[in-house]
Amino acid sequence: MNGTSQMLVYLIAIPLFSAAFLLLGGRALDKVGHIIGTLASSAAFVIGLLEFFAMLGRAPENRGVTQRLFTWIEVGNFNVGASLFLDQLSMCFVLLITGVGTLIHIYSIAYMSHDHDRRRFFAFLNLFIAAMLLLVLGDSYLSLYVGWEGVGLASYLLIGFWNQKPAYATAAKKAFVANRVGDVGLSLAVMIAFVQFGSVSFSGVAEGVEAGKASSLALNCLGAALLLAAVGKSAQFPLQAWLGDAMAGPTPVSALIHAATMVTAGVYLISRSHFVFDVATIAQTLVLIVGAITLLFGAIIGMAKDDIKKALAASTMSQIGYMILATGLGPVGYAFAMMHLLTHGFFKAGMFLGAGSVMHGMNDEVDMRKYGALRKYMPITFVTFGLGYLAIIGVPPFAGFYSKDKIIEIALDAGGAKGIILGSITLLGAAITAFYMSRVMLMTFFGSKRWDAGTHPHESPSLMTIPMIILAIGSVTAGFIFNMGDRFVKFLEPVFHSEHGGHGEKAHLLPPIVVSALALTAVAIGVSIAIAKYGRGKEIPTVAPSDVSVWTKVARRDLLQDDLNEALFMRPGQELTKALAIVDEKVIDGAVRGVGSLTLDVASGVRKTQTGFVRSYALWIVVGALAILAAITLVTL
Amino acid sequence: MNIAAIVNNQTQSPEAVLFFILAPIMVLAALGMLVVKKAVHSALLLAVVMVGLAIFYIANEAPFLGIVQVVVYTGAVMMLFLFILMLVGVDSSDSIEETIKGQRIGGVLGSVGVGFLLISLLSRAELGQDYVGLDLINSEGNVQSIAKVLFTRYVWAFEVISALLITAALGAMVLAHRERILPRKSQRELAAERVRQTSIPVAGLPGPGTYAQHNAVDIPALLPDGSPSDASVSKVIAARGELANPANFRMKESNGNSANGEAGEE
Amino acid sequence: MSLDNYLYLSALLFTIGAAGVLIRRNAIVVFMCIELMLNASNLAFVTFSRMHGNIDGQLFAFFTMVVAACEVVVGLAIIVTIYRSRRSASVDDARLLKL
Repeated sequence: MNGTSQMLVYLIAIPLFSAAFLLLGGRALDKVGHIIGTLASSAAFVIGLLEFFAMLGRAPENRGVTQRLFTWIEVGNFNVGASLFLDQLSMCFVLLITGVGTLIHIYSIAYMSHDHDRRRFFAFLNLFIAAMLLLVLGDSYLSLYVGWEGVGLASYLLIGFWNQKPAYATAAKKAFVANRVGDVGLSLAVMIAFVQFGSVSFSGVAEGVEAGKASSLALNCLGAALLLAAVGKSAQFPLQAWLGDAMAGPTPVSALIHAATMVTAGVYLISRSHFVFDVATIAQTLVLIVGAITLLFGAIIGMAKDDIKKALAASTMSQIGYMILATGLGPVGYAFAMMHLLTHGFFKAGMFLGAGSVMHGMNDEVDMRKYGALRKYMPITFVTFGLGYLAIIGVPPFAGFYSKDKIIEIALDAGGAKGIILGSITLLGAAITAFYMSRVMLMTFFGSKRWDAGTHPHESPSLMTIPMIILAIGSVTAGFIFNMGDRFVKFLEPVFHSEHGGHGEKAHLLPPIVVSALALTAVAIGVSIAIAKYGRGKEIPTVAPSDVSVWTKVARRDLLQDDLNEALFMRPGQELTKALAIVDEKVIDGAVRGVGSLTLDVASGVRKTQTGFVRSYALWIVVGALAILAAITLVTL
Repeated sequence: MNIAAIVNNQTQSPEAVLFFILAPIMVLAALGMLVVKKAVHSALLLAVVMVGLAIFYIANEAPFLGIVQVVVYTGAVMMLFLFILMLVGVDSSDSIEETIKGQRIGGVLGSVGVGFLLISLLSRAELGQDYVGLDLINSEGNVQSIAKVLFTRYVWAFEVISALLITAALGAMVLAHRERILPRKSQRELAAERVRQTSIPVAGLPGPGTYAQHNAVDIPALLPDGSPSDASVSKVIAARGELANPANFRMKESNGNSANGEAGEE
Repeated sequence: MSLDNYLYLSALLFTIGAAGVLIRRNAIVVFMCIELMLNASNLAFVTFSRMHGNIDGQLFAFFTMVVAACEVVVGLAIIVTIYRSRRSASVDDARLLKL
């Protein structure tokens, strides 16, 4: 199924060189940096489009293309080539990354226009694009790992872009550390793959799994390690705590990296490793559990957040939980996970950009309690955000409906109690999603003005609104387009080799139309509660009320995940470090100094025998001679 | 008579007589070295031991070594010792008190222990063969037989030891050499220095013995004003109190102005 | 008389020399005592040479003499140098390496 293409390398090389050029070029490029960055991203998008059309021109079975660059590592029989591999799965990502990425580049030109470090921002964005493309184009876990670390680095740099504020720098560090934990999983996975299969390339591992080279235990370990990696990168339970703080970065970053692309890398990793999870049932169940928990976790946190970006971040967490859950459902789920990923990429990026637009007009205020009644002042933002809102809560015919509905459907179809539990969770998630997104919508665009004095909301410039409009169009149409005649599922089918793929072969627990009705009912309930609570005539205090139930407090604190992490890892870590410092001070340094002072003490004691008189030394010689003679005498006696 | 002959592992009685006369003398001389105060006496006692050893060498059929012992040790080396003794002061004698605590007792005990063990080991040693003697080897002459071995089997050691000797000579030269810090003074500079200094008159001290009817060394000269000059007589004489009073030798008629008669007391 | 007597005498002289090295403080006397020890060993060499009818012992005594002469020359030069700077020939005064 492999053709070749000489274009793939340029996908990565152009943004990478652009990033290097912008970083090394210094202040001289300040005036044109954003243009260069945007052009690089656009060029990558154009190449991606060309590849996409070339791919469509080939038979479905021959759509994958590779490009071998050079031999990277050659040690003994361990041979890793630096090769790029583009198939349908990667293609989805390539288009999402470069497409949404380019739109966000354009948006950033205006959004960051007052920042004197705009050139650096664009360099980091380009670096992110390059790393993310390497992540999805690498043909082995090792190449993926490089991209994986690259996006982690770019994410770190961009979250801490305004690192003059200590809180932001700390948020960047937190994200980096949480990602490190996941990275351990990925490196473990690479090692397990090498030990078990002698290869780290996707095809090599897939063949190895098929040939039954590895025990079920090894496969489950491999799956669990991959899941850990995905959990770290995609902010899933229990490593989700970093995502909320990651909103410290500029809003375009939140849109691109922490909503549309990077955080979905975990979904990509699991989908790409479908051959592992298809046979590692325990790992697959873990995936399901993680997805289900995160889905609810994110949704509950989302209900309590007043910060618009953090509410959206919680929603991202929850939506990725949907995707992870879908991948955990096996071959039927991958395509829908990818579909939800793409539609989510559209509407969530659009909503983040909308949030950025609101902040832009509100003097960078993020507290929704100080918004209100903005629909008259920001009509374009209102409309695009509203379309994204309709998409995310899953109102037909917007994009989210198709993808989320399918996930709920296959979750219910998982069979037995599992199906019922998962289905209920997904339905509950849909209801909560509807509630908190309606809350965001109502608090921001409806109700009364609760602005701070001196705030003059205004619509954003067209450089910002045009990307929002394009994304809104995507939010509206993508689901319909993808779902028409199962087009998307069929497009991806060769990748996942799902003999029993698609859906509909299994007996449905409930007919699709009933599922849709249930989902819509859940959404309607969520929206109604939101309207009842925050709708017309309800006064919303500008300061979050403190006399709330303990559950709300817990939800406001990210369901205590930070406290848990601190209690479980940070505090013991600090105590351990303190103890180690004491050990270092007393034991190790003590031993070192003790050796020194012991030598000194012994020396100053022994020194007394050194009188400096040559005659006493001669006496000792005589004593020695005496001893030797005595020994000889004793021996000969 | 060949006193060196050995019969039944015993030497001839003349040799025994020689040994029992000389050996106690040598031991006493050696012990004397330890106890005499003056280094010169030690050196002389060492010379006695060396001569005794030379005689024993000859008795032990090593006439060449005996002669060398006399010439090199008793002659050259002892001369060197005495020469150095002269250089550092003949009377540089040790004080009797031992300054290092326990050194004397330790030294004596250690040495006695070593000697006792050495002698006891020797007495118990089984040499395991009869005495051979050097009659056969010395038949063509002791010097010839030494030369034959020295310049064949030991020629390498001989060369090395000659290099050592040369090195030692050079080393002694280097060690004894004193670096001159200031340039040597010329006669002109010495003369200028002498004129410039004030402690000794340039014209020299006044000579004693103005009144020549006595041994004049102890009689100070008179200065132009008639007073006696202390500088004209040796300080040693003055210190002994043997200075003569010039007033004693005045003419009787002119003793009225003898104001300085306190210098001497007969 | 047994030839062993020469060996006893040699051991005795050696011991006396050693005691002299330990007891006397004048560097020149110490040196003389060392000479005494060397000569004592020479006597043993010569005696063994005669006992075994082997001329090598005499050769060793000869070499010992040369080495002793070298040692005396250098040692006395050192004593002179020390005496020049410190006005003392006592071995106890030369202890500059001791703090």
